[in-house]
Amino acid sequence: MDFFNRFAVPHPSFLIYGAMVSIAIAMIAVVVGITYFKKWGYLWREWLTTVDHKRIGIMYLIVALLMLFRGGVDAIMMRYQLSMPDNTFLDSQHYNEVFTTHGIVMILFMAMPFITFFFNYLIPLQIGARDVAFPRLNALSFWLFFMGAMLFNMSFVVGGSPDSGWTSYFPLAGNEFSTSVGTNYYMIAIQIAGMGTLMTGINFITTILKMRAPGMKLMKMPMFTWSAFIANVIVVFAFPVLTVLLAMGTMDRLFGTNFFTTDNGGMDMLWANLFWVWGHPEVYILILPAFGLYSEIISTFARRNLYGYKSMVASMVVISIFSFLVWAHHFFTMGQGPLTNSIFSITTMAIAVPTGVKIFNWLFTLWKGKIVFTTPMLYSILFIPLFTLGGVTGVMLAMSAADYQYHNTMFLVAHFHNVIIPGVVYAMIAGLTFYWPKMFGFMLNEKLGKWTAWLLSVGFVLAFIPMYITGLDGQARRMYTYSESTGFSTLNMVSFIGAAIMAVAFALLVYNIYYSIRYASRDIGSDPWDARSLEWATHTPVPEYNFAIIPEVASTEAFWDSKKKGHELFKGKIEKIHMPNNSPLPFIMSCIFFVFGFSMVFSIWPVAIIALIGILACLTYRSFEKDHGRYISVEEIEETEAKLRGAKK
Amino acid sequence: MKVDNSLPLEYSTEENSLKILGFWIFLGAEIMLFATLFTAYFTLENRIGNGPSGAEIFEISPVLVETILLLTSSFVIGLGIHAMRLGNKKAMMIFFSITLLLGAGFLGFEIYEFIHYVHVGATLQTSAFTAILLTTLGTHGLHVTFGLVWGLFILIQIKKRGLTPETANKSFIFSLYWHFLDIIWIFIFSFIYLKGMM
Ligand code: HEM
Ligand SMILES: [Cu+2]
Repeated sequence: MDFFNRFAVPHPSFLIYGAMVSIAIAMIAVVVGITYFKKWGYLWREWLTTVDHKRIGIMYLIVALLMLFRGGVDAIMMRYQLSMPDNTFLDSQHYNEVFTTHGIVMILFMAMPFITFFFNYLIPLQIGARDVAFPRLNALSFWLFFMGAMLFNMSFVVGGSPDSGWTSYFPLAGNEFSTSVGTNYYMIAIQIAGMGTLMTGINFITTILKMRAPGMKLMKMPMFTWSAFIANVIVVFAFPVLTVLLAMGTMDRLFGTNFFTTDNGGMDMLWANLFWVWGHPEVYILILPAFGLYSEIISTFARRNLYGYKSMVASMVVISIFSFLVWAHHFFTMGQGPLTNSIFSITTMAIAVPTGVKIFNWLFTLWKGKIVFTTPMLYSILFIPLFTLGGVTGVMLAMSAADYQYHNTMFLVAHFHNVIIPGVVYAMIAGLTFYWPKMFGFMLNEKLGKWTAWLLSVGFVLAFIPMYITGLDGQARRMYTYSESTGFSTLNMVSFIGAAIMAVAFALLVYNIYYSIRYASRDIGSDPWDARSLEWATHTPVPEYNFAIIPEVASTEAFWDSKKKGHELFKGKIEKIHMPNNSPLPFIMSCIFFVFGFSMVFSIWPVAIIALIGILACLTYRSFEKDHGRYISVEEIEETEAKLRGAKK
Repeated sequence: MKVDNSLPLEYSTEENSLKILGFWIFLGAEIMLFATLFTAYFTLENRIGNGPSGAEIFEISPVLVETILLLTSSFVIGLGIHAMRLGNKKAMMIFFSITLLLGAGFLGFEIYEFIHYVHVGATLQTSAFTAILLTTLGTHGLHVTFGLVWGLFILIQIKKRGLTPETANKSFIFSLYWHFLDIIWIFIFSFIYLKGMM
C-alpha cells in the first residue's frame, strides 16, 4: 500500500476528483469508440506509424488544440478566482499549481506544437519538396513531444502538479520547498518534449537548406519558410541549454546534488540565468513563425508582393542574434548591479528596432494594396496595433531602473500576454483559417470567423489592458487573492469578463469548425484565396507525394507568377517517386520514454532501468535495420493525378 | 536510389548528403550543450562548500593517459576514413577497431578516475563544484560510451554488408562524432584539469 500512496495527489479537492473521473470516462469512451467503429487498424497504419509530414502536422495541430483547451480552463479558473476580493474558489496551493501549469501548457504544449504544425504541414509544400529531410526522425520528434505533453498533464491527477511557476526558480523549486513530485514532472516531461523539439529543429534546417525546388535560391524562399528557418536555428542553439538546465534540476531533485540549492556552494541564480538564456530565445521561436504567417497572409490579401523582402529577412536575423543577448532583463531586480543592468537594458531596447522594421514593412505592403478583408486578414490587421502596444510596454519594462516598479506585477503579465496573444495566438488562428481549405478541402465560415476575431479582440482588450493599470497600482502577479481595500476588484472583474468573452470566442471557433464541416461547400478548387506561393500549386487534398513533378521556381511568388505571368512551374514528365516507409519504431520508442519518464518522476529505479534498456534496444534495432523506402510507380501517380484533377471540377 | 559516382561513397546519394548535413547541425547543438556545461562549470568552480577543490583532487597521470589515448584514437579514425575512401575495407576495419580499443582504454581510465574521486570524498552530493565536475566529465564519458557501442555496430555492419553508400555514410558520420568528442576533451583537459591544477 505504501508503494501506491505516492501516486495520490497531495492536495486534492473536488475539482481534481472531478477531473479524474472525467479523464477516466473520456479515455474509456475513446477506447470503446475506436473498438466499436473498428478503427484500431486504421489508427495504427495511417497515424501512429505514419512518417508523412502532413499527417504528423495534423497530429501536432490536434495536440495543440487540446492543450489550448486545457490551458484555457486554467486561465478561466485564475481569472474567476481573482475577479472578487477574498475569493475562496481556489486556495493558494491550487492557485500556484494552476498558474504553473497554465504557463507551461500554453507555451510549450500549445504554442510550440502549433508552430510545429505549420512547419510540418507547410514547409515541404512551400519549398516544393516531397517530405522533410528525415521523415522518421520527424515522427520520433512528434511522439516524444506527445509523450512529454501527456506525462506533464498527468501530474494533475497522479502525484500532484508542479507549483513553482513556469520559470521554476530555485530554491523554491528545490526539494526543501517543493515536496511533491510536481516539479519532477516539470523537469522530466519537458526534457522529453524538448528532445523532440531539438530534433525538429535539426530536421527542418536540413530540409530548408537542402531540399528546395530548383531555382528557389535562399532569397527566393517564401517568408514563412524564412521565419521557420531562423526559428529552427534558434531552437538548435537554445534547446541544448534547456536540456542541461533540466538535467541539473533533475539531479538536484532526485540525486541530492547542490547545483541550485543554498548550501554546499549551490547557486540559485544559475538557474535563473540559464533558464532565461533558453527562455528569451524561446519567445522569439514562437513569434518569428507568427511573423512569417502574417507576411504570407498580408501579401496575399493586399494582392501585392511583400514590401521590403530583404529587410524582413535581415531583421529576423538580427532578432535571432539579439534574442541571445537580452536574457538578464527578466531579473533586473535580482542584484547584478547597474552596469550589467544597463547593458541588458540597451540590448533589450535594441530588439524593438528590427521588430519595428517589420511592422513598417507590413504597413507598406498594405499601403496601396487592394485589400481583401478575409478572416485571416482581419486577424493580421488587428495584430498590428495590438502587438505594437505590447512591444511598447516591453520597451518600458526594458528600462532597468523603471523595471523595479513593474517587475513581478500584473503590468508584466499584461505585457507578455499582449505580445503573445495578438502576436502568436492570432497568427495561429489566422494561419489555421488560411490553410484550412488546403488541408481539408473546404473553407471555414467567414462570417463566424470574423465574429470570432472581433470577440477575441474585445475579450483580449478587456482582459489584459486593465492589468497594466492594476500592475502599476501594485497588484503583484501570482497572488492568489487580495483584499477589498486594495481597490483592485473592479478592474479584476473587468478582466474576468474579458476572459469569459475570449472563452466564448474560442467556443465559436469550435462551432465554426463543426458548422463548416456540415455546411461548407466542397467545391472550392485548390486555390480558394488566390494565393501566391507553391503550397497552393498542388492539388487539394494534397497527394502523399505532394508534387507529381517538382516545380521550377524563378521568383519569391512562384505560383502567382505562374497564374499571372505565364511562368511554367511543372516542366518535364512524371517519374517514379521514392517515398519513405511507415515505421512503428518512433511510436514504440516514445512509449518506452513515457514509462522511463514516469518511473523517474516517482524514483522507481528498476522500471527506469528496464525502460532505458528498452530505449537502447530500439536504437540498436534502428542501427541494424535495412529500410530503403519504396517507389510509387508512374501509373499510380497518373491515376491519382487524374482523380484529383477530376475532383477539382 | 540514385548514386553519383563522382562523389565519395559517403556523399554519393542524396539521402547521404542530407544525413551528413543533419549531423553537422546536431554537432552544433552538442557544442551548445557542452558550452552550457562549461559555463556552469566556470560559475561553480570555486563554490566548493565543505568539499575539496580541483587542485586537491586532480591527478595528472590518469588524465594524461586518457588524453593520449583519445587523441590517438581520433588520429586513427582519420586513417580509417582515409582507407575507406580508398576502398580498402580491411584496413578500414582494422583502424576502426584500434579506435574503439583506444576509446575503451580511455573509458577504463576515466572510470578509475571517478572511483578515485569518490574515494577522496568528491561525490555528486559533496558540493556544487564536485557535482558540476562529475556531470561535465560524465556527460563526455557517456558520449564516449555511446560511441563505443555505436562504432561496434557499424563495424559489424561493414563486415556483413561491405562498403556500401550506407555503411560508408554511417562510418563517416561516426568519425565526425568521434573527432568532436576529442575536441571537447581538449577543452576539458585545458580548462578543467590544467586550469584547476594551476
Ligand atoms: C519589443 C520587444 C520586447 C521587449 C522590449 C520585451 C521586454 C521584456 C522585458 C523587459 C521583460 C521582463 C520584465 C520583468 O520581468 O519585469 C519581458 C517579459 C516577458 N516577455 Fe517580453 N519583450 C518584448 C517582446 C516579447 C515578445 C515578442 C514575446 C513573446 C512572444 C515576449 C514574451 C515575454 C514573456 C513571456 C515575458 C515574461 C515571462 C515571465 O516572467 O513569466 N516579449 N519582456
Ligand atoms: Cu525576455
